[in-house]
Amino acid sequence: MRTFELTRAEDNAQAVSAAAKATTSQQGAEIRFIAGGTTLIDLMKLNVETPRKLIDVNHLPLGKIDTLPDGGLTVGAMVHNSDLAYHPVVRKNYAVLSEALLSGASAQLRNMATTAGNLLQRTRCVYFRDIAMPCNKREPGSGCAAITGVNRSLAILGTSEHCIATNPSDMNVALAALEATIHIRGTKGDRSVPISDFHLLPGDTPHRETVLEPGDLITHVTLPPPAPGSRSLYLKLRDRASYEFALASAAVVVTVANGKLMRARIALGGVGTKPWRSTEAERELTDQPPTPAVFQRAADAALRDAKPQSQNGFKVELAKRCLVHALKLATQNA
Amino acid sequence: MPHQSESDEKPEESRSEFGKSTRRTFLSRLGMASLLASAGSISPAFGERLAKEQSLSSESKDAIPVTLHVNGKKYDLRIDPRTTLLDCLREHLHMTGSKKGCDHGQCGACTVHINGRRVNSCLCFAAMYQGDDITTIEGVGQQENLHAMQAAFVAHDAYQCGYCTSGQIMSAVALLKEPCGPDDVEVKEFMSGNICRCGAYQNIVSAIQSVRQNAKTQKPA
Repeated sequence: MRTFELTRAEDNAQAVSAAAKATTSQQGAEIRFIAGGTTLIDLMKLNVETPRKLIDVNHLPLGKIDTLPDGGLTVGAMVHNSDLAYHPVVRKNYAVLSEALLSGASAQLRNMATTAGNLLQRTRCVYFRDIAMPCNKREPGSGCAAITGVNRSLAILGTSEHCIATNPSDMNVALAALEATIHIRGTKGDRSVPISDFHLLPGDTPHRETVLEPGDLITHVTLPPPAPGSRSLYLKLRDRASYEFALASAAVVVTVANGKLMRARIALGGVGTKPWRSTEAERELTDQPPTPAVFQRAADAALRDAKPQSQNGFKVELAKRCLVHALKLATQNA
Repeated sequence: MPHQSESDEKPEESRSEFGKSTRRTFLSRLGMASLLASAGSISPAFGERLAKEQSLSSESKDAIPVTLHVNGKKYDLRIDPRTTLLDCLREHLHMTGSKKGCDHGQCGACTVHINGRRVNSCLCFAAMYQGDDITTIEGVGQQENLHAMQAAFVAHDAYQCGYCTSGQIMSAVALLKEPCGPDDVEVKEFMSGNICRCGAYQNIVSAIQSVRQNAKTQKPA
């Protein structure tokens, strides 16, 4: 691990101005915020991340969960994943988020990982994590070893000829289905970004993963009020029953009334280069009866543009079945 | 070497004190003895000086002052900012109960409690946890005064090689206060961050369930 200077931010403004001195907030940033450290320290040990300066943001006043006047929820950037997952309002109104969080990592890691840190979780692509191998995300222009290599766990949606790395987060998939908004404090003031715009497709700049600029500090995430009568759930399929990343997952938020799906929000995990909201699937579901045939049409629509690699063709069918089953569970007895 | 707070009336005796042999000190003395034996002409005095210089030069030029609270005691240290909490506990405070398995947060052997919550100490920079209450396996129980979970692990034969055991016990003790359901399958899910390569899982679950059962029956309704 490279040496670094460790500093501690006492307030948001101090954190922003200290981080604004960096030339990038993306891969290779020489200044990094550190919260739970579960991604960053892991990658620093591998010399994938080599910051010269770490700003400890654990003492910023960003650790609260509050109900909003409109019935929505605000979640501080520093709220730990376990606290968010077990929060009574989250369990009641945003079950998909609680389930997604609890399906990820281990109890120890969930106690450390934070909301903002999870939004910025890096890919588990083995070539990204190995500095001896080419990787356009880690070292732009060096090539993608995964496309011709071991790619069983990698993405089939949103890929490019330069990168097929999967976004590994479960939380992000739930936030995509819940239409969360990310609130950011930067050098030019505060701004908010819908989660669908927060993560970037790799395209020909896979080292750019988010819209964050130097100095940008995620302060909190807001969730809209739960749609009346809606049900939500997260279904995750993986190689073992616990403590493993998704091969395919589905976050669904649906409202059934009078025998019809009045509203559906669908996002997929484990298959996309970013948390994969599928408006195509949502269109197939809306105003239709909750039947297996309708679910199948939605799943086909969600995976229509899938581009499987040499080893992950199975993910197309797996993701479809995952979504169909999640929709079946969410609409049972509705 | 760490400077222990003066408020501690009975500072823990140094593990490396001559005559109080542990596996760790035995192995390090064995290493030094073989070095001296192979060096032949080097005098014992030179060997001692060598060891002293090695320990002095082990302080990084980037070392920073850090104060940690571990198992109810305060320690003033100088450590490199790169030092993980796990390495700090093992190499600086000589608390070797917390184990290094994968060093990447995947195996759970390094599990400790920070402010009562279980974490992977290999993914913590020690300097970030000043002022927090850190509890290690050494603080959970002692040989003559085992924690109920430690006693249950013995009674249920919940280990083979023992390398993962302190991490398993730290997770199991934390689990008692977490919203874990009553069934074995839920205990397994809550314990999935602790890997046991010997495969003592069934007995680990039995040990945990026995402690939970006893806690339930002992609590007045």
